[in-house]
Amino acid sequence: MSITYLEAIRLAQKRALAEDPRVFIYGQDVGAFGGAFKATKNLAQEFPGRVIDAPISEDAMVGAAIGAAIEGMRPIIEMQFADFSTVGFNQIINQAAALHWRTQVPCPITIRLPSGGTSGGGPFHSQSMEAIYAHYPGLIVMTPATVEDAYSMLLEAVAIDDPVIFCEHKYLYYHLKADQLPTEAMPTGKARIARSGRDLTIVAYSAMVHEALAVAEELATEGTEVEVVDLRSIKPLDTDTVMASVARTGRLLCVGEAFPWGGVTAEVIARVASEGFGLLDAPPQRLNAKDTPVPYHPNLWAVHRPTARSIVVAARKLLRQ
Amino acid sequence: MIQMVASRPATGEVSSCRDAYLSAYRWMLLGRILDEKFASLYRAGKIHGGVFIGRGQEALSVAIGQSLRKGDIFAPLIRDQAGRLAFGESVLEAARTYLGSVLGPMRGRDGNVHRGRPKEGYLPMISHLGAMIPVVNGMLLARRFKGIAGTVGATCLGEGGTSTGAFHEALNQAAVEKLPLVLIIANNQFAYSTPSSRQFACRSLVDRAAGYGVEGHSLDGTDLTACLKVVGEAVANARDGRGPQLVVARLLRLCGHGEHDDAGYVDTKLKQSPVGRDCLKVAGEYLVRQNWAERETLVAWRNEATQKVEEAIAKAQREPAPDPYTENWCALASKHLSEVYE
Ligand SMILES: Cc1ncc(C[n+]2csc(CCOP(=O)(O)OP(=O)(O)O)c2C)c(N)n1
Repeated sequence: MSITYLEAIRLAQKRALAEDPRVFIYGQDVGAFGGAFKATKNLAQEFPGRVIDAPISEDAMVGAAIGAAIEGMRPIIEMQFADFSTVGFNQIINQAAALHWRTQVPCPITIRLPSGGTSGGGPFHSQSMEAIYAHYPGLIVMTPATVEDAYSMLLEAVAIDDPVIFCEHKYLYYHLKADQLPTEAMPTGKARIARSGRDLTIVAYSAMVHEALAVAEELATEGTEVEVVDLRSIKPLDTDTVMASVARTGRLLCVGEAFPWGGVTAEVIARVASEGFGLLDAPPQRLNAKDTPVPYHPNLWAVHRPTARSIVVAARKLLRQ
Repeated sequence: MIQMVASRPATGEVSSCRDAYLSAYRWMLLGRILDEKFASLYRAGKIHGGVFIGRGQEALSVAIGQSLRKGDIFAPLIRDQAGRLAFGESVLEAARTYLGSVLGPMRGRDGNVHRGRPKEGYLPMISHLGAMIPVVNGMLLARRFKGIAGTVGATCLGEGGTSTGAFHEALNQAAVEKLPLVLIIANNQFAYSTPSSRQFACRSLVDRAAGYGVEGHSLDGTDLTACLKVVGEAVANARDGRGPQLVVARLLRLCGHGEHDDAGYVDTKLKQSPVGRDCLKVAGEYLVRQNWAERETLVAWRNEATQKVEEAIAKAQREPAPDPYTENWCALASKHLSEVYE
């Protein structure tokens, strides 16, 4: 049996629906059609009345999920693309994120964002929005990079008493496969050493983990050992694991697919620089997408975001320092 | 069944009706053939990303493109190839955008239906539904500031797009400001797979016009005569200072949401019902029945349009793609304020 990242997401939702009567799924075309990416395929048939087509009303979709959560439900909202979550932004950051802090009433909603770039996606179907949501107090932001994490973290997202922004990478949907679903999982908030090494730490998350692993593979043939840290969730961000890795390697490169101003890579470097300055043998580096909207044409897109090709250049430069 | 005009028209009126109809038909045909070409290129794996076509919506779309004049504003949406052509977009411009030619208006930065020339009043849609309406409003407001009178702004949306907050905010805004906005809703029965019944609960979307305090019009979007008449009147009303016009057309999307979608969820009965008629076929038959064109002429027009499309596609395919190493990676107009991230 081989399970894709996308199928893992579907199976996690199926299990959540089966095990917890409080769970329902709400989103555009998620019902009989099974969703734009088929992440809810057959779920409406298997769980009648609990997988509901929404009008094209992201603001009201999130607002309604919050209301249902106050009544004790555990809604899962599917955005058709992460990019459209901006239309529900107000409810996410002002209502969901602030509710518990204001009232002590938790807001256990999960918002699934099909994220990141794919070839030909263009500026409005390619965005990586994790950093924007992570900026707001009161939200958890998950960025799974493996089939196993896609499954176990989504189940955990539904169980957590806070609003969770679940960034699932569209490029990984079909490209990643695993033999079986995990039976145990690392807790949210713990980063994973995806590959160990002693010369350089590359911190990445979501699809960039795989680009970083390709770089580690390439540099290994030259005798350089790269350690790859997969953050898994960017909020909470596991500074300890990053710091321990940097203590081993002395060199840090952070890679993210989002825009370069601020964001996850800047946060990681800020933490390491302020708490672990003495561990560094060279200035920490970051690599992000370019500071323009995500381009449509594959020629431009291939250069806009970091890839193994550009990461290896940055890694070599850092290793020489 | 199809009525040109209710009362007996004067001869001049008939000929202008006929001319409008003939020209609209040819834009529809060109739009259909261009769309079909994009779909076949998609199937051959020659297009990056998706292809979204307007099969079945050409009559409505062309009516808006053709009712507008130079100087008006047009913000089309994903199913408006025919209207774009009638408004003045060239086949080559569409081909260049779909094929990612660096010579196209979007230079490979954006693609497919996300194209336009804002300076020429032709707005490039963003994907977020409803988002173009207030932008048209703003352009109309600016013209009021600048003392430019007599132009209108038109934009299109599917029935699904009417569920957005943006639709509500913008239509209300236009009404409060009494802007010359023409908002065309194509109720093609489905928003991707979602039927209209999951989108709104009123009898017809045109009933909303009263709630916003604007004039509403509804029509059969499969009938080119009705489209030209009703959309033409709405545009004229807006131009005359009667404020926003909401036009709601009934029709059926005769294709998938995009070319990746087989639309297996569309009921056969619906396809066979009057709402499922193919507007292009209906219009062609009408032309022949009226003796406005011979069948052979329709075939000749089709061949001519096909050739035009093939030439444009071939040209765009030979043109250079964007080069990431000479690309100017700067999103700002104020170049001196842009930062370099290395
Ligand atoms: C705000 C927003 N949410 C979701 C989408 C994704 N989406 C693209 S087209 C579409 C369906 C549109 O249906 P409708 O407005 O009826 O137009 P049609 O495709 O039928 O012409 C959806 C949900 C979007 N473009 N914008």
